[in-house]
Amino acid sequence: MFDLISNSIYASILLSIAIAIIGSLIVINKTTAITGSIAHGSFGGIGIALYLGANVLLTTSIFAVFLAIILAFITLKFSHRQDSLIGVIWAIGMSIGIIFLNLAPGYQADALSYLFGNILLVEDKDLLFMGIIDLIILISIIFLYHRFLAMSYDREFLTLRGINANLLYTYFLILTSLTIVMSVRAIGIILILALFTIPSLIAERFTKRFFTMMILSGILGLVFMVGGIIISFYYNISPTPTIVIIASIALFLSLFKRS
Amino acid sequence: MKAVEVKHVYFKYENEWVLEDVNFSLEDKEFMAIIGPNGGGKTTLLKILLGFLKPTIGKVKIYGKPPEKNRLLIGYVPQHTNFALDLPITVFDIVLQGRLKKGKFFYNKEDKEKAKEVLKTLDIYNLKDKKIKNLSGGQRQKVLIARALVSEPKLLIMDEPTSAIDPKGQKEILDLIESFNITRIVVSHDIKILLRKVDKIAYIHKKAIIHEGPKLKIPIDKHFCEIELINFLKDEECLI
Repeated sequence: MFDLISNSIYASILLSIAIAIIGSLIVINKTTAITGSIAHGSFGGIGIALYLGANVLLTTSIFAVFLAIILAFITLKFSHRQDSLIGVIWAIGMSIGIIFLNLAPGYQADALSYLFGNILLVEDKDLLFMGIIDLIILISIIFLYHRFLAMSYDREFLTLRGINANLLYTYFLILTSLTIVMSVRAIGIILILALFTIPSLIAERFTKRFFTMMILSGILGLVFMVGGIIISFYYNISPTPTIVIIASIALFLSLFKRS
Repeated sequence: MKAVEVKHVYFKYENEWVLEDVNFSLEDKEFMAIIGPNGGGKTTLLKILLGFLKPTIGKVKIYGKPPEKNRLLIGYVPQHTNFALDLPITVFDIVLQGRLKKGKFFYNKEDKEKAKEVLKTLDIYNLKDKKIKNLSGGQRQKVLIARALVSEPKLLIMDEPTSAIDPKGQKEILDLIESFNITRIVVSHDIKILLRKVDKIAYIHKKAIIHEGPKLKIPIDKHFCEIELINFLKDEECLI
């Protein structure tokens, strides 16, 4: 059995590292809507890649990073209307994706798999891509941990310390977009939000330091994914929704903990 | 060199002049209180002093340079202390943020020692491992003062440091501010600050009226409440 699901277990480990770090930052920076916008909007990149016959991960990465930069600009310059504009970007990206899929020759059955993903079908080259993104995120958090924490607490103060808080915020959204792309094959763009936020939401309730929040959310993410993989493998159901339901039950139970 | 120099500063927001011809200067280690009505331009002036806004006309210098060039000399305590309360961050981590600067990614031993020293000075060392959420208003205010002081600023700028604190806490915070041996600018609604050893008082309502603190003749023998004091300070003739 392990041979059949080994790649999905490796994917879970690699994904849990990125999700632990980026998911925790998403929760404390309240950028869930922005993350949803990049995730759904990046369908545009998938459509373009399938139309051109180009490398999907690479094309989608470029597209998602582009969206992250636009969203950073919007949230920094038009903060009073950011929620509407975040929704607009969300829809524009998906529309681009669908139009390019219509134009692409033949029936693109592959496209649907990007919407919901399938962690049981992750290939070696996907693992390599995940590994590279993990490395970028790990190096970033080692050097930028204190800055990210200060940014999450009080961006104005960070600026006063001579650090470009807007640039740091944009970089954080770029890392978010890369984490989305690395999760697309395994989790799919529709349900990414749940997996990015639930482990961190639970972890936050049990920790008083950001570092331990990241570690705990990584462990939780890994448990949810492996649990989901095993259940979906035995019952022959889709892994992503299974993972999301397990995580949601855990979140529900964690709400009983007194804060 | 003056600690703070504000020369003919005007600021226009959209089509309205918020500040008109504001002039004052502070010597090193002087203590200035800024008072005035809401919407009178106090916060705008503060943002100009911090370099977050540029004056439409006029010049501001902090120890000889424009504020944005000399930000590391400024310690800033914001008005609101009740933000990001859910953040998993301890008091110690917040205070250490005052040691961050360009090109510095990790805290060293000296940073941690300095943070401990400031926490002890402000008598909140026992709170260092607490989450900000579990502190009282006065304690949160002290944490933000500690974050500002830990960077060893030459100029401390505080926005309403005693709002949202109980009277006992207010006295404690004002005692502390009075004891600091650095240049201080405090924006306050709480006019009790005027009874402290301030060197200068700026009454800001578009224009600034500057009073030299020690020469201020407040008729304390007469009935005198906040309204009278504010009215008194509007009147330039109380300057002698």
